[in-house]
Amino acid sequence: MSQLNNDGRSSVSFILNGNPVTGYAEPRMLLTDFLREEMGLTEIHVGCEHGVCGACTIRMDGLPARACLTFAIQAEGHRIDTVQSLAQPSGVLSDLQLAFRKHHALQCGYCTPGILMSSSAFLEINHDPSEEEVRDMLSGHLCRCTGYVGMVRAILEVARNRISA
Amino acid sequence: MKHEVHVGKHVGRPMERVEDAQLLAGQALFCGDMPERDGTLQAAILRSPHAHAEILSIDTSEALLQPGVEAILTGKEIKEDSDPFLIVLRQPMDQWSLATDRVRFVGEAVAVVVAKDRYLAEDALDYIKVVYKPLPIALHPLEAAKDGAPLVHPAVGSNVVSTRHFSYGEPDKAFAEADRVVELTIDYPRNSQTPLEGYVVLADYRREEQVYDVQSNFQGPFTVHPVMSKALRVKGPQLRMRSPAFSGGGFGVKQAMFPYVVLMCIASRRVGRPVKWVEDRLEHLTAAIAAPNRIIRGQAAVMNDGKVIGFRFEQLDDYGAYLRPPMPGPLYRQHGIMTGGYDVKHMTITNRLVMTNKTPSGMVRGFGGPQIYYAIERLMQTVAVELGMDHLDLIRKNLIPAGSFPYRAAAGALIDSGDYQMALEIATRDGKLDELKGRREKARAEGRLYGIGYAVVVEPAQSNMGYLSTINTVEERHKAGPKGGNVAYCTVNVDALGGVSLTADSLPQGQGHATVLSQIVADELGIEPHDIVCNMERDTQRDPWSIATGNYSSRFSSATAPAARLAARKIRAKMAKIAAHFLKVSPDKIDFSEGKIFAIEDPQKTLRFSRVAGTAHWSPGELPPDMEPGMCEIGVWSAPELEPPNDADQINTSLTYGFVFDYCGVEIDRDTGEVNIDRYVTMHDSGKLLNPLLADGQVYGGFAWGVGAALREEFVYGEDGSFLSGTFADYLCPTACEVPEPLILHMESPSPFTPLGAKGIAEGNVMSTPVCIANAVADATGIRDLRLPLTPAKVAALIQGQEPARPKGNQATPPMELSDRGIRGQGTAFVAAAPELVWQTLVDPDQLARVIPGCHKMELVGPGSYRAEMSLGVGIVRGRFEARVSLTDLNPPKSAVISGSLEGPLGSSSGSGNVRLVAVEGGTRISYDYGFDISGKVAAVGGRMLDGAARVLMSQFFQRLGSLTEGPGKISAAPPSWWQRLLKLLGIAR
Amino acid sequence: MKPHSFEYLRPASIEETVACLARHSEDARIIAGGLSLVAMMNFRLVETKFLVDVANIKALNYIRVDADHIEVGAATTQAQLLAWPELASLSPLLAKGMPFIGHFQTRARGTVGGSIAHSDPSSELPLCLITLGGSVMLRSKAGSREVTAEDFQVGLMQTSRRPDEMVVAVRFPIRKKGAGYSFLEMAMRKGDLAICAVAAEVRDGSIRLGVGGVADKPAVREWKDLGDAALDEALNEFAWDLGGSDDVHATATFRRQLIRRLGRRAILEARECRN
Repeated sequence: MSQLNNDGRSSVSFILNGNPVTGYAEPRMLLTDFLREEMGLTEIHVGCEHGVCGACTIRMDGLPARACLTFAIQAEGHRIDTVQSLAQPSGVLSDLQLAFRKHHALQCGYCTPGILMSSSAFLEINHDPSEEEVRDMLSGHLCRCTGYVGMVRAILEVARNRISA
Repeated sequence: MKHEVHVGKHVGRPMERVEDAQLLAGQALFCGDMPERDGTLQAAILRSPHAHAEILSIDTSEALLQPGVEAILTGKEIKEDSDPFLIVLRQPMDQWSLATDRVRFVGEAVAVVVAKDRYLAEDALDYIKVVYKPLPIALHPLEAAKDGAPLVHPAVGSNVVSTRHFSYGEPDKAFAEADRVVELTIDYPRNSQTPLEGYVVLADYRREEQVYDVQSNFQGPFTVHPVMSKALRVKGPQLRMRSPAFSGGGFGVKQAMFPYVVLMCIASRRVGRPVKWVEDRLEHLTAAIAAPNRIIRGQAAVMNDGKVIGFRFEQLDDYGAYLRPPMPGPLYRQHGIMTGGYDVKHMTITNRLVMTNKTPSGMVRGFGGPQIYYAIERLMQTVAVELGMDHLDLIRKNLIPAGSFPYRAAAGALIDSGDYQMALEIATRDGKLDELKGRREKARAEGRLYGIGYAVVVEPAQSNMGYLSTINTVEERHKAGPKGGNVAYCTVNVDALGGVSLTADSLPQGQGHATVLSQIVADELGIEPHDIVCNMERDTQRDPWSIATGNYSSRFSSATAPAARLAARKIRAKMAKIAAHFLKVSPDKIDFSEGKIFAIEDPQKTLRFSRVAGTAHWSPGELPPDMEPGMCEIGVWSAPELEPPNDADQINTSLTYGFVFDYCGVEIDRDTGEVNIDRYVTMHDSGKLLNPLLADGQVYGGFAWGVGAALREEFVYGEDGSFLSGTFADYLCPTACEVPEPLILHMESPSPFTPLGAKGIAEGNVMSTPVCIANAVADATGIRDLRLPLTPAKVAALIQGQEPARPKGNQATPPMELSDRGIRGQGTAFVAAAPELVWQTLVDPDQLARVIPGCHKMELVGPGSYRAEMSLGVGIVRGRFEARVSLTDLNPPKSAVISGSLEGPLGSSSGSGNVRLVAVEGGTRISYDYGFDISGKVAAVGGRMLDGAARVLMSQFFQRLGSLTEGPGKISAAPPSWWQRLLKLLGIAR
Repeated sequence: MKPHSFEYLRPASIEETVACLARHSEDARIIAGGLSLVAMMNFRLVETKFLVDVANIKALNYIRVDADHIEVGAATTQAQLLAWPELASLSPLLAKGMPFIGHFQTRARGTVGGSIAHSDPSSELPLCLITLGGSVMLRSKAGSREVTAEDFQVGLMQTSRRPDEMVVAVRFPIRKKGAGYSFLEMAMRKGDLAICAVAAEVRDGSIRLGVGGVADKPAVREWKDLGDAALDEALNEFAWDLGGSDDVHATATFRRQLIRRLGRRAILEARECRN
């Protein structure tokens, strides 16, 4: 049984956006803080630290997860993806990101990386969602700027385009 | 009316945003993402669990010994290092960045720990010992305004710190002549748009320069820059305020962070290192800011034909515990336009400003508008009901007539342009009002609750910086000198290769200012928006700024955008002159297009844009005579219409006034009380739309918050002043499932007062939507007094009537309604021991310590008075507390009163209970009742559990009592209550 | 909002876990999805010496069907159970009730056992379990025991699990022949904890109604089939028995009204979909 002590940091290794990484964390360090401070991934946005707003949502083994409700050590051996995983390595944005831009689905953009992670996971599970299903999925996020209209349009359009592609 | 309208190749088109790629890729840097100097320390703030209390002592000694702690500051250090903040009123209500002698609201900052990281800083908070002496509180504005109410700032002598009466036209005559007077009082709740990113401050005191270098997501207005620099006892340039280009939402709220800027500056100076503080969600909800809750008594003088000839408004605006500049802005920002969209010439206004033991009020999107339009538009709907008139017909009857613009409203607003009648016509036609009425008819025929609501809003934009001086009397204003205007800056720079960049003073919080600025400048210079780099950072040491700088009052379209055009036009004029010089044509015969500058009459005569720009850099000698070298221009803009208030107290509070007309159909679920929005139509005339895609985005966003404010969002306080909405599970921002998509309609009546003809658009729906929905609910239910938010429980209580009676013989414990004071309960328990034995247990400290759940240690500190350390909890929740318990009114072995208080990191509590012992067959029946208040963190985040938790702890107490007096192994988990035993004996129990 | 310090333990098996619990008893807390626990830890409402992570124990992740039960391993996620193809046919109540649990994002991590062990009075899974008459499988170093849902949750976030025990599985009875099911919930927003949730199981000659969100734990009442008037009376009695309390979102009165009105709706709906 692996055991980590509270006095001092222990090594944590996982696959981050496709690359193996190792860092050091105290057991209580939240994955949000670990990704931001130890891994330098400032796209992890912290909005509430109690799992409601969804700004910090990442994908853990492909499924959406609240990074603020996950301890960094729990990521050991798992696959963690952030919004950086969406665009092509050349920097070309994904269809989902482009649709968000087209439909003005973001304003301040603080909630956006989390919503993109949920939406990308959602579209892999549900290829042809209804508007109601998209809204149901989005209800796991709070956005205070947009009223969600652009997001709903963007996600539905991506689903349609992927089907016809 | 016809105006020169600027329509360019890019301006006016729905261009995608230049900001988005960075944001979508996660590469945009927000304030918390900015690089920190090595050795930067992190701060955590200790906050008051009490709404009002004297601070008797603060002991930081143990906290200072905790790992990683570098310093702890309290009010003492703050008083040494800073002066109190300037406030708008001349009243003795000093405030510092930490509480000094007393706390005045739950969440007020009491101490700050500076440590190596945030985890360690928070660890140390638990070790700071503060002794408070709770004081009576002023909570409700009406109660607080009464004589004899507990005073928030005793030196003022009253909680009402400002009262002003205004009279316009001949109101007394109008009310005397009216056929009837319709009256309605509204009570607008506290709420906030709560940006997802909280406050971030990174302060770095540069000792040798004596400069406080601050990075923060402060959004302006920079009227508070002098407030901060004076508090820090430095000259303006010694306080360098830097804001990054990206901010995670503002909505006005990020104005109110200035006390934390000062706090972190002092902390940095004390520790000699940079100090960073990142506000967390609990801190933000508890202590950042709220829009002021307001009580408005409105009266309309009405003729029988529906014409409203006069208004009276008495406003009581609640600013919470401190008046933080630029408060009381929300009470005066709307002043000139208090007649709304209506042609009403006679009006009185009484403005009273009251202080209470709640979080200070501040800037929140809408800035006074939601409150006043809730009063005006609910009043108009009530007038229609009383007259038996169709609400829309009443609106039509009273709207400002087309063709009368610019229109001077009674209180001074100069409404620039519009055609309200046409707006209504387009909206009812394109939004299919008739069809909606059909839906209402059908629903009602089926017995469903369905209503239609309307709302008319005149949406002000770009505040007159002098409006707040209306709070002063004419004499005071004469003495202080006139205040008006609103200065905006934009700088356009063209480099040696023709690269264009710009900076501007709008501090965007997500609105897409860079996109619109690039559209404006691209049109002037004949280049593409994506060729322009917009740097939206702001630095008070480097960039031009004014007190008006910032992002508030929908200022961008009518202030910063014109400044950008001015700057670009200066560049254009200069480049045209240079090109004309080379091409040997007159400068007015030069045009710009597709990166080229050419002679209009001979397009063969062409120069590359970059070539002309290069000349200004590389060969100033080649420039036309008398031309300044270089290619950088500043546009500065302030509209002349923003005059100071006149001696009749008229004030043109804003530069532009858009028009919003909304209507909606709602259906109310009779079972659940849920208000479901069936259809929502919102019509906007915001002058010229600079980018319709972004304009719609502002409408959707404002609407969503309007829905939240109408149906779910409120900062709730307990009667003891405890704050109860400390999580996003308690403060209920709507999700995608609660916000329907509204139909947005536009028309464009360009403003004659702004160079681009644009007005504001971001705040209209936060003013119109709450009242539009409420009007629909009023129409559906016929109920007049509607207080937001219209939660299911509230609506159900209004429509469901008396609840079915308790069945005869039902003996379940009477439910405890949330009473006017905290949590109350009562119960009975049975202990199989004689009353005398039970009594001995209760009065013996050692025994009592064993009975009280989680009690580690109990010591006698006086007659019948104990001090205890305990660890209290329910389920997995647990917290450490220090308790003071006393037993009074002893009547052995029959009854006693147990009272006491708890203090700990999770909060504080005080209360009392009565215990009565009665000998019954086989033992003692104990009956008890209790009442207590609980405040601080546990109340803010665990509200829904408290009542149940109290019951759990009570039952644990009596179980332990039973176990102790009866001996181990003899307790029953659920001691039978006396009546159950009785029923059992009689053979009728289940 | 950062949690207190703790020691982190990651046992590889159920055996290691119960050994751990035997050693640390009340000083240890089990974490699986962590959705409720970590939020409370971040607020520092929960302080623990040891955090025992069971999320990766394969033996706790399964869905099995026997003659009359669906047995779900404690660390099975809510999303896994909801996506299980047999769910709608074998447990219509779970299929109807589970979409009300939190959100797409939280169900992906939240576990079935975690929800049952946490025993929030407003949670959907404890309500479904007690309504169906299910049970909880507990394991300690000393052995295993099965506790009925009725006996498992004893109050507000309080269960009869002993500190040295862990929840290893949850057993939901499969749909009863000829029964119809319904689950209705009133929450302040989509995915919020229930203000009042009702779960109904209607068979020929019997009605079973569970109510969550009102009392300190979900409550169930069973009646013989009732006529219209009698149903109203029965629901009124039930509502008054549970009482309820006020909080920032809703009043006790409102909660009782929801028992009457949603309860009625649910029973009628369940009656309709009897097979």
